[in-house]
Amino acid sequence: MSGNADDYEAAIKPSAADEVASFSERKGFLARLQHALHVNPALVPLFVLVVSICLFALLLGSRFLSPFALTLILQQVQIVGIVAAAQSLVILTAGIDLSVGAIAVLSSVIMGQFTFRYGVPVEIAVALGLAFGTVVGSINGWLVAVMKLPPFIVTLGMWQIVLAANFLYSANETIRAQDIEENAPLLQFLGTTFKVGADADGRGGATFTFGVIAMVVIFAFLAYALKHTAWGRHIYAVGDDPDAAQLSGVNVKRTLISVYAVTGFICAIAGWALIGRIGSVSPTSGQLLNIESITAVVIGGISLFGGRGSIMGPLFGALIVGVFTLGLRLAGADAQWTFLLIGALIIGAVAVDQWIRKVSA
Amino acid sequence: MTLMENIANGSIEPILKGRGLVKRYGKVTALDHCDFDLYPGEILAVIGDNGAGKSSLIKAVSGAVVPDEGDVFLEGKPVHFTSPIDARKEGIETVYQTLAMSPALSIADNMFMGREIRKPGFRGKWLRQLDRPKMEQIARDKLSELGLMTIQNINQAVETLSGGQRQGVAVARAAAFGSKVIILDEPTAALGVKESRRVLELILDVRSRGIPIILISHNMPHVFEVADRIHVHRLGKRLCVIDPKDYTMSDAVAFMTGAKEAPN
Repeated sequence: MSGNADDYEAAIKPSAADEVASFSERKGFLARLQHALHVNPALVPLFVLVVSICLFALLLGSRFLSPFALTLILQQVQIVGIVAAAQSLVILTAGIDLSVGAIAVLSSVIMGQFTFRYGVPVEIAVALGLAFGTVVGSINGWLVAVMKLPPFIVTLGMWQIVLAANFLYSANETIRAQDIEENAPLLQFLGTTFKVGADADGRGGATFTFGVIAMVVIFAFLAYALKHTAWGRHIYAVGDDPDAAQLSGVNVKRTLISVYAVTGFICAIAGWALIGRIGSVSPTSGQLLNIESITAVVIGGISLFGGRGSIMGPLFGALIVGVFTLGLRLAGADAQWTFLLIGALIIGAVAVDQWIRKVSA
Repeated sequence: MTLMENIANGSIEPILKGRGLVKRYGKVTALDHCDFDLYPGEILAVIGDNGAGKSSLIKAVSGAVVPDEGDVFLEGKPVHFTSPIDARKEGIETVYQTLAMSPALSIADNMFMGREIRKPGFRGKWLRQLDRPKMEQIARDKLSELGLMTIQNINQAVETLSGGQRQGVAVARAAAFGSKVIILDEPTAALGVKESRRVLELILDVRSRGIPIILISHNMPHVFEVADRIHVHRLGKRLCVIDPKDYTMSDAVAFMTGAKEAPN
């Protein structure tokens, strides 16, 4: 019986030929759509964004579809957008960062207090604020990567710690906008506006702030890093399957720590932009940033299970929220409608994510 | 002269050698002063009952575990691997049973995971930009060298491939970078008959390029078909090494389970 081991497979040999690695084209519209979304997960939020802009444009006309209103949306979402970019990195590694908002606020408070309490030159104060965000992010990363604690728990704890430190350190004092304007205008730098296409009196036209530019630059930078550098590919691999990544030769610990550190740094930039946006340094601002950033990321089609999604998705996600907020307000609807629709979008986005994952042919 | 005769009269040296390897997990001794030899250009199958310590042996020579005692020699020189990455740098590639691939990433991404090629000059050095065209070209070449030519889309996500295709990509990855030794852990365990056949052909193909292979398998027909020598592992040590031409599958199973006295 064992002498003729090969015979039992003889039946399949002729047809086996080269079939192991053949790839047939998929048929059917749904299957092709699924494949397109699999390759390009940011298509869904982009589609929703375009449709919602069109809907509000039809409904509200030029009140909504004007350079002024559209760029107003950009200004309104800049902080959430920057934080969402940071949040995306962490969520791509199958983690979550609940401390993003707290880091942003305490970084802004440090920039303000170092300038006004200790008389540190404002450039150095800003640099210290950015460094602070990076350090807190690194601590998060170290706890997650080396101590192997769940990201949710680590950042839940860090959120409380940083927020409490924020109130204790700032003594709950706000630094007034006029003082900043007179003594340290650099703190408001990201709030500097410039207009494109305004009329002679400076009305209308597209209004941008440096904060909006910063948001776009951060997204562009991360899109490049994620797609075209080894670091970016490692982030996806770690989020997809950390054990496989480790065995393939990825330094998982270093990748995770660097991701949390970059996240902290970007949050500190968001803190700086926050000063520009509200004019003053306020320890009570930005309390909803963590939830808002997670919302933008989820609507943007980045999988909470890690390893999947495009960085442009959260930008679209943040803009969708901005479009709904402004559009519904201009339409005179109750603000609760915004939250209701956003809630539906979140659930829809996760459902689409699950569908995309079912790729078994 | 045959491989066996060459080994018997000592005219060739093992490329990978383990001597007196010991690994304990608490009170369990997984490896008990185990020896191991892999010769150039051969396919060495490692068989043994569940719990005999096959995996520990392979992990000890591939760097996945550090043995408590004993030495590993690569080309006669002692080596001390503390991680699979160390072993990989020395040209020992392992294809794990889990394949160690990131399902959402492309074939090319997976093949170059952890050893990406950057663009030359400014863009690679300062912008850290990956040389995608080059990596895709190499991946395509490697796949077609191994007869996986029909893969058209090198940027296809690995999760869209069948089990055999994934195994093929994993073997191709090992063959592309494993300059000295390739270790395959149960490569056909999860595959159907057709796909197993294709993977066995791949294994023979890799050997024909002169790269020695360690094959861990439970599938006796597969082992007897491709192996040049069979290392029978029992109770944490090497029981014997047999030539598949001299023994039957039932003999091998009998040695493995202790039902029959080992030769020598």
